[in-house]
Amino acid sequence: MTDASLSTWVHRRAEPSWLGRLLDSKPFLVVVCLLPAIGLLMTFLTYPLALGIYLAFTDTTIGRAGIWVGIENFTYLFQDPIFWGAVFYSVFYTAIATVGKFGLGLWLALLLNNHLPFKSFLRAIILLPWIVPTVLTAIAFWWIYDPQFSIISHLLIKSGLRETNVDFINTAWPARWSLIAANIWRGIPFVAISLLAGLQTISPSLYEAAMLDGATAWQRFKYITFPMLLPILAIVMTFSIIFTFTDFQLVYSITRGGPVNSTHLLATLAFQRAIPGGQLGEGSAIAVSMIPFLVFATLFSYFALARRKWQQGETND
Amino acid sequence: MALITRRTALQLGASAAALGASGGFAFAQSNIKTADATPPKLDIEKGATLRMLRPVRFVQPDEDVFRANCARFTKETGVEVKVDFVGWEDITQQTAVTANTGAGPDTIMGFNEAPHIYTDKLVELSDVAEYIGKKYGGWLALAQKYGKKHGTNNWIGLPFGASGGPLVWRKSAVNAAGYDAPPDDLDKYLDLCRKLHAAGKPPGFALGNAVGDGNGFANWLIWSHGGFLVDEDNKVAINRKETVDALKYLQELYKTFVPGTIAWGDISNNRAYAANEVWLTANGVSMYFALKRDEKLRPIADDTQHSLLPKGKMDQSPMAGLTLNAMVFKHSKFPNAAKALLQFLLEKEQYDPWLQANLGYWSQPLENYSTSAVWDSDPKISLFKNTMRNNFWIGYKGPISQASAAANADYVMVQMCAAVASGQSTPEAAAAEAERRARRFFRS
Repeated sequence: MTDASLSTWVHRRAEPSWLGRLLDSKPFLVVVCLLPAIGLLMTFLTYPLALGIYLAFTDTTIGRAGIWVGIENFTYLFQDPIFWGAVFYSVFYTAIATVGKFGLGLWLALLLNNHLPFKSFLRAIILLPWIVPTVLTAIAFWWIYDPQFSIISHLLIKSGLRETNVDFINTAWPARWSLIAANIWRGIPFVAISLLAGLQTISPSLYEAAMLDGATAWQRFKYITFPMLLPILAIVMTFSIIFTFTDFQLVYSITRGGPVNSTHLLATLAFQRAIPGGQLGEGSAIAVSMIPFLVFATLFSYFALARRKWQQGETND
Repeated sequence: MALITRRTALQLGASAAALGASGGFAFAQSNIKTADATPPKLDIEKGATLRMLRPVRFVQPDEDVFRANCARFTKETGVEVKVDFVGWEDITQQTAVTANTGAGPDTIMGFNEAPHIYTDKLVELSDVAEYIGKKYGGWLALAQKYGKKHGTNNWIGLPFGASGGPLVWRKSAVNAAGYDAPPDDLDKYLDLCRKLHAAGKPPGFALGNAVGDGNGFANWLIWSHGGFLVDEDNKVAINRKETVDALKYLQELYKTFVPGTIAWGDISNNRAYAANEVWLTANGVSMYFALKRDEKLRPIADDTQHSLLPKGKMDQSPMAGLTLNAMVFKHSKFPNAAKALLQFLLEKEQYDPWLQANLGYWSQPLENYSTSAVWDSDPKISLFKNTMRNNFWIGYKGPISQASAAANADYVMVQMCAAVASGQSTPEAAAAEAERRARRFFRS
């Protein structure tokens, strides 16, 4: 009986139309949904990047299309002391500014993590240097560092501590340090707020347990706070290194790479050669030569800082 | 000027044509001589419309008069003209894109070398240039240099004016140092600077990455000692005795400067001068006007004088004015209309009001315009009328080219000087380094 009734049941689901089948097909949907994103990335990321890399191997100038010259741009740059000066300063600038930003930023984050009066208000104020557009920061510092009209020089002279204006950006080393100071000032809030977010994810019970065991403040920082912060530290540091290494606005607005090219970063030198100087090929080559540094910095942050063994001790896999 | 509403603007536009030459603005009457000349026959294409690009104004009347002039061209010929005013730093790049893509504006008023880079993309302008030259007493030296294709008599650009940067100084300070005016002799000039320095009223010239002022000073220093970046055959010639001598001179001269000039940009000397920090510098006429307009700074303006940069070993003061250079592109569908527009703008009915509207910021390219009333408006600016009577240009003594423009924009000369002034390099090493960098730009 049952068998017979089953065999008479002939209603079948209608064959879906070709459109229905198409929309049901997973590979098709994957392609369709990804297409806009891929299109955007190809147009605005891959194409300019590929074009930049291609230009680096040509002698294109702003006036005319170039021809393929192989690695000629790079061989020239490798003998160019100005290029090596920019490499040196880019690395130096990034290293010192990152150390400064993280030292001060972490300190600030720890302070803000305490229960302070007007906590939210203070946190909002701390973000200000980062919210202000970089160009405005740059212009402010340009005035602060001005050889004639620096407010710092003015105050020092008024208070009788100095007789002449401070040399901030007129000679190589003072200029280098001045720019690093400006960059640190601007970068601290980003680090501080990011690390503050990390600090707040650490469970208070860990600290309570440590306090019961009689741990000192330093021990609590060393054995709880710092290890728990390391994952976020790795991410924030990666971002910070990339932002600092590719910095452009601060340096270009304040010194334009001067005095005598001593504060050129690779980004400013690439722009200077490519756009005002018109040497698009050579400028691209300088820009392309930043890629290995950035890849290295990223890999270092990820593989060194984000390793579990680093974070949780040698034996914990 | 009174507040302009939309309605009054329309009325202004309507009355501009009625008012004729002044275009709605009141200008002094100039006595501009003309000679008989037959204008070239330019058949303006049917239904022509034009797009033009030019650098943004110095002062508002510049733009107003320019637009009024174009509106009158439209009225007389029926050709619509759309003018876009572009930032100074962008016009070179926009010219490059226009030339390379063969699309965009029909005519661009660019700077200096632009027509020489895109020669094969441009319409020859010799007929217009020869007519205008004949009618207005001939083109001045700098105009000829920038207008004609190198080594030929073929005009590829029509210079509309140039802006120079001569010496600007405080009469009281220079007189107190025992000089009537800054001397042409290099040793005496150094002596003047030393005395100014000793009096606590130092000179100051930009040695930083300042496109206008930095290059202006560096070029003067090298040229006045008989040096040059490239020779007539476009061979790099900077690493020579003249350059080294100039740099040695700079070592002494720099000691007299106000501290900090290696960090100076284009604006720095204006600020320092207005604050009584610098008493002798070089700048365009803009600084004087800024001082003159400000009640508080008026005493400085009254004490200010202009004079040509010291000649040094040359028989003419070495200064290369920034030149407005108009060109017409082959891709334009209406080349005759474009040429007619440029010719129209250079005729005295249009050009003189425009020259006056610019107060002396731009100086004329044609001999007969030197009698324009603008140069009588203030005796202290009359010096600027000779800006284009000059035989020095960016990239002197070579042909005007992309390479010399790039070497200028990349501060090859400025940084050579700054390296010596800062003590970072010896004169010999700095000249050799400049040669190395220049060779890169002038490689073929």
